[in-house]
Amino acid sequence: MSCTTLFEQVLDPDNRANPYGLFAELRRQPVCRQEDGTYVVSTHAEIARLVSDPRISSEDLPDPQKFRWTGHPITDLFVRPIRAEIRRRHQPFIFRDPPDHDRLRGLVMRAFSPERVRRMREETEELTNELIEKFAGKARIDLVDDFSYPLPVTVICKLLGVPPEDEPQFQGWATQLATALEPNQRGDEETQAKNEQCFTEISEFLRDLIAKKRKEPQDDILTDLANGDDDTERMNDFDLIATAVLLLVAGHETTVNLITNSVLTLLRFPEHWQRLRDDPAIAPRLIEEMLRYEPPVQYRTRLAIADIPIAGVTIPKDAPVVLLLASGNRDPDRFPDPDRFDPDRPDNRHLGFGGGLHYCVGAPLARIEAEVALVALAKRLQNPRLVEDPPPYRPGASLRGPRHLCLAFDGIAGA
Amino acid sequence: MSETPSGAPERIVVVGASLAGLSAAQALRTEGFAGSLTLVGDERHAPYDRPPLSKQVLRGLFSPDTTLPRHPDLNAEFRLGTPANRLDLDARTVSLGDGTTLPYDRLLIATGTRARPWPKSDEATLDGVFTLRTRDDAEKLSARLKAGPRRVVLVGGGFIGFEVASTCRDLDIPVTVLVRDGQPLEAALGPRLGGLVGEIAIERGVDLRLGAEIEQMDSEGGRLTGVTLKDGERIEADIVVAAIGTVRNVEWLEGSGLAADEGGVLCDGYCRVLRTNGDIVPDVFAAGDVARWPNPHQDEALVAVEHWGNACAQAKAAARNMLAGPAAGLTRHDHLPDFWSQQFGLTIKLVGLADGADSLSIVHGSLEARRFVALYGKDGRTVAAASIDSARWLPAYAAAIRERAPFPPITDAVDQPRLRIEEP
Repeated sequence: MSCTTLFEQVLDPDNRANPYGLFAELRRQPVCRQEDGTYVVSTHAEIARLVSDPRISSEDLPDPQKFRWTGHPITDLFVRPIRAEIRRRHQPFIFRDPPDHDRLRGLVMRAFSPERVRRMREETEELTNELIEKFAGKARIDLVDDFSYPLPVTVICKLLGVPPEDEPQFQGWATQLATALEPNQRGDEETQAKNEQCFTEISEFLRDLIAKKRKEPQDDILTDLANGDDDTERMNDFDLIATAVLLLVAGHETTVNLITNSVLTLLRFPEHWQRLRDDPAIAPRLIEEMLRYEPPVQYRTRLAIADIPIAGVTIPKDAPVVLLLASGNRDPDRFPDPDRFDPDRPDNRHLGFGGGLHYCVGAPLARIEAEVALVALAKRLQNPRLVEDPPPYRPGASLRGPRHLCLAFDGIAGA
Repeated sequence: MSETPSGAPERIVVVGASLAGLSAAQALRTEGFAGSLTLVGDERHAPYDRPPLSKQVLRGLFSPDTTLPRHPDLNAEFRLGTPANRLDLDARTVSLGDGTTLPYDRLLIATGTRARPWPKSDEATLDGVFTLRTRDDAEKLSARLKAGPRRVVLVGGGFIGFEVASTCRDLDIPVTVLVRDGQPLEAALGPRLGGLVGEIAIERGVDLRLGAEIEQMDSEGGRLTGVTLKDGERIEADIVVAAIGTVRNVEWLEGSGLAADEGGVLCDGYCRVLRTNGDIVPDVFAAGDVARWPNPHQDEALVAVEHWGNACAQAKAAARNMLAGPAAGLTRHDHLPDFWSQQFGLTIKLVGLADGADSLSIVHGSLEARRFVALYGKDGRTVAAASIDSARWLPAYAAAIRERAPFPPITDAVDQPRLRIEEP
């Protein structure tokens, strides 16, 4: 079979539960042109090479929404065009190239300091146990709605400095705006319209919050970014809002998937669930293997800005490029016996957090959240079982994960 | 003599208990070596990491104890504080300073280098005159910096000297740097980029003197009080740090028949050492700063690469080859040299060797912004790439250097200025 329609099948929701067979077919041609002119890169070496290739751009967002009259001249002629232009110029740094990317990322890295992330461990433990307490008396839970979803949003809100009472609203925004990170949804007109509305709302909210952080600085990321420090320039407000939204969305959706995919995988291979119960110290290795085996971000898109010769083909200038990270993670040329879940792999340099310039800023936080969550679940859930396998998936093919994960269990143990 | 050692080794001795020695030991175990493993080190400390010594340790941010992590199952005997002083190739033994003799089936020479001492011994022993190579050096110098000296004079225009100068500025200590020849860091980066780092150092308050040399050190009661330069100028200072290069630790190999001199221990691309007559010694290997080997990325020129990354990579290659049976085949050490340095708030990285380059081109960012990737070309090929605060593109250029791509290899890229080819 020709590989030119394989990626279309990857996007097909029917293949969401197990796309790995399609990846294996794609890897027969490491860089494969699809019918629509997109180049899909599916092998580890080629992906690793392209994430650090300066001919690859991250500024690949589709053109802004087509103009539609709303009937309000001030909105149509002034407000919307200005907003659209601001958004175009102040995309979050995940969609920007150097030098802007480096400047913004640098400022975020300062605020997202290792000490600050480490300090979140204890709070994450408390939150985790609070959520598990609520399982008491139930015979079944939906892990996604009852656990994986609320945990990361609370953590990222605390880190950013969003007041607890505003969290539910933030959760709603995060869910909607995650579609902007989802290449197979973001081009859709209705999604774009909803995102624009949502972005306007969250921007107004953040503008007020930022003003507060300037008046009454606190120990949180937004305060640091809003005020800058002596050594660095301050981020302007448009970039600041775009950055805050990115941290919210990227720090949330991905972790939901990491936790849910982990529980799903561990219950499919219960010997590892048992191992984690017996020895929580193996959690970090287990999570690294999870990031290889079922990465929460399956692929990222880029744009070739020059002809790039690679693996016997030339990706032409202006071609869209898909870096299929999840396939690189299953590449037998890099990982022996790649379809086996094996936390004891000696050299597990997976692409679960991407690589190169845009390597995941939140990786240390994600590792802590997943570790705390999995250790507590393994310790406290008595005899958990999957009720439905495979579970229903959310529509996204890139931010891929179950929509629900129904678990039956015999009770909960003490913390 | 056969070029393949006979039989599987039972006893392996590693002389040198620093990064290369420890990396080799760990690699030997990972590769399945189960026999007896002995590491010999002249320092009393367990293997430790050197890069933080001139930075975080000196500044007082890290403890001087930078002991390298060790696998719990390493199961090696450490003979620390005991230098090796003789090698007998025929008897296959190493004699140690404490009078004992270690027999070996395979030997790894990883004795590295030491700081080049100040050439005038009466000045070198003055209270206030330092070199910086070891943990003990860093501990002593750090204590003196904490006491708040009036001024530190650094001799030498290399990376260690500049890192120490940067640390002094972080501690708000006045510092003068004397560079005898050319621009700072010129050997590694060439005059253009070396000069740029010099400018940045001056902006950060370093009193940088090019073409300056010490005529004599002044002292009172055995304590340094200042230096007099060749041009007659006197600089008051309580500390001189001589960062004037390194000396390879090869004296113990004298008379062994190995091709070892101040240039290093000569070995082939598989880390096997050579005799003075050019014969391969099949059971003795070398790795790290002390090894001198034909570098495939520099037309097989013999080089010694005193970098952290090379020590690790070469130790691994040597370990694999020490265990390779006749059928298994040997692993070529084809590591592309790379190093990094942090100073004056900048991260400088280099891949490849810029030595002998005839052209330079800024391919990302700009010198003005002090954030860039610069490429070095030689005879139309790309031979090295240096970056300041923009290291994430370097892997692409490392691949180009490995492939001996034309210079410059990529001419249309993100954040790329109009390309100009200049003198390095």
